[in-house]
Amino acid sequence: MATVTLSSIAKSFGPTRVLGGVDLDIADGEFLTLVGPSGCGKSTLIRIIAGLEHQDGGAVTIGGQPVDHLRPHERRVAMVFQSYALYPHMSVRQNIALPLTMSRLKLWQRLPLLRALSGQRRAVMRGIEADVAAAAAQLQLDHLLDRKPAQLSGGQRQRVALGRAMVRHPDVFLMDEPLSNLDAKLRVHMRTELAELHKRLGATFIYVTHDQVEAMTMSDRVAMMDSGTILQLGTPSQLYEKPGSLKVAQFIGSPAINLLPASVGAGGRLELFGRPMSLTVQQPQGQAMTLGVRSEALSLVQGEPAGAGRAWFSARLRRKENLGSEYILHFDLAGRDLPGVTMRTSPAQAASVAEAAEVTLGFDEAACHLFAADGERIEPRGPGVASASIVPLRA
Amino acid sequence: MTLALDTPMQLVSSRRRRLWIERVTGLGFAAPALLLLVLTILAPLAVLVVLSLTNYEFGGVDLDFVGLANFQKALADPIIRRSLLNTLIYVAIMVPGGVFGALLIAILIHRRTRTRSLYEVIYFLPVTSTLIAMATVWQFLLHPSLGPVNGLLKWLGFAPIAFLSEPSTALATLAVIGIWQILGFNMILFLAGLTAIPRDLYEAADIDGCSGGIDRFLTITWPLLGPTTMFVVITTMITAFKIFDTVAVMTRGGPVGSTEVLLYNIYLEGFQYFHTGYAAALTFIFLAFILVFSAAQTFALDKKVHY
Repeated sequence: MATVTLSSIAKSFGPTRVLGGVDLDIADGEFLTLVGPSGCGKSTLIRIIAGLEHQDGGAVTIGGQPVDHLRPHERRVAMVFQSYALYPHMSVRQNIALPLTMSRLKLWQRLPLLRALSGQRRAVMRGIEADVAAAAAQLQLDHLLDRKPAQLSGGQRQRVALGRAMVRHPDVFLMDEPLSNLDAKLRVHMRTELAELHKRLGATFIYVTHDQVEAMTMSDRVAMMDSGTILQLGTPSQLYEKPGSLKVAQFIGSPAINLLPASVGAGGRLELFGRPMSLTVQQPQGQAMTLGVRSEALSLVQGEPAGAGRAWFSARLRRKENLGSEYILHFDLAGRDLPGVTMRTSPAQAASVAEAAEVTLGFDEAACHLFAADGERIEPRGPGVASASIVPLRA
Repeated sequence: MTLALDTPMQLVSSRRRRLWIERVTGLGFAAPALLLLVLTILAPLAVLVVLSLTNYEFGGVDLDFVGLANFQKALADPIIRRSLLNTLIYVAIMVPGGVFGALLIAILIHRRTRTRSLYEVIYFLPVTSTLIAMATVWQFLLHPSLGPVNGLLKWLGFAPIAFLSEPSTALATLAVIGIWQILGFNMILFLAGLTAIPRDLYEAADIDGCSGGIDRFLTITWPLLGPTTMFVVITTMITAFKIFDTVAVMTRGGPVGSTEVLLYNIYLEGFQYFHTGYAAALTFIFLAFILVFSAAQTFALDKKVHY
């Protein structure tokens, strides 16, 4: 078990700067997810931790020991690849056993012909066999041990890759988009399995994904990356409830956060579509701001839209999306040339709106996120701001 | 109209008609390939079999069927036996040299980024050159008194070797020339095989502790090159078995029959002595060997090297 510390890791491929000085402290036994759009440098970062890539600057320490001079297998890390990278010509048993045969047998004991001369080889192989069986049992692979990877389904291959990683009890598990090649249903299942595996093993997990759902559901902490830097590091709920920047707000959450243009009016008072809100900011008058409202914070307003601490605007229903337990309603902003908004609501509420109907949508001003023109989060002042909690979604 | 079409009788007949059309179309598509196969391979093969059972001589006006006499004669003929043995020795030298040499070169230049294409061209040049013309160059290079190879040997203090006129070295020398010619071609095949191995596997191996050159080669490269290696071995075997041009140009079977090979003897029998029937029987024996090599690929090795 080990902590992982990255200090100002920098990396360029030719003229392209991929990582610009990343600092990250990962606690012992933590499940940390690096999430971000493709090309943000998350895979490069995990490959640097694994030792498959060498950083141009900065240092990696694992368990307090600097590992920059160590080869990948000396770092006591295991890695699960997106393609699984199983050895196609070996059986499942041989695949899982390989890390052990490499570490427990000497080179000459592994060579064809020569290995017949080794007396201890048989005893070592029995030990390896037992460890492989134990790992296979944990992953329910017992009945597949003699198959070749080509004869396995995607989920089974995934488990073999996990078994190969587990078998030598590494301190750190590195996972590079391990679920991307699975179908949607299996992915949901494997999320649970991975989270349980983490709990059972107690090892440090570093997990790379571009799927924010995976990041939110499995991690202790999430590091959201973009353009080679960490935008925000925090627990999943911190990232969701208090996104530090517009990019984080847009990336985390599904459906994506609704963005509305706001501006600063007289006395620092925010205005939404020309109507003053009860929030005030320190920004100069006339400055454009972006208001972020999660889809579950929106609600239909019946009758008088007024009310202290509540903002509203009118919209026209474009489409209803039925998810069974809830509906996603897609609205156009009436008469404005803006992308629409989405609202998450109960089937009963959804039934009350007809297609193409003009409605009024309202939200609690305390539940909205405010971003300056450069994308930085701004904390507004004003009534009700003290509690930055999310309004319960179901009416 | 539509009502009439719905009667069961007409339904059956229209289905039959569609089946018939499908069959004719299928045959139509297969016909050109079948025709070519018959014209270029099957018909000549049939003629060959018929000829091998006769005493036909080229230019002769009549022929007699002699049954298997040609085959009996061939199997008893010491020249044919020797030439078959020589051919097999030639194959035994050329296959390991041509396969492992090419593999070594391919592995060495595979990871080069800038110079790879340069090396590819250099090693591939002998493949594109005409062996007849190159044989002349080799003859000069290996000449006992004028050749630079012997010049080098003398400079190093060794006695000169008459590579091509010494019975003990002539066949091996031809095999080396054969290796030189096929190396580039096999190298390209191995390079293609190496390129097809996913990089991921080497990275996974790196993490699993399989990072030394020998380990990487034995655990990943060699097994994953299995299909390529098999193909290269079989094609090299067949190429080696067809050794003819260097013999015809450089040694003419000599010295003292040490480089007499099967194809050269077929050529002598068929085109110098005009024993067409006998040459046909020899050709049949030659084809049987090729068939054995191909069958070995299809049935025995195929299952072992694929994963």
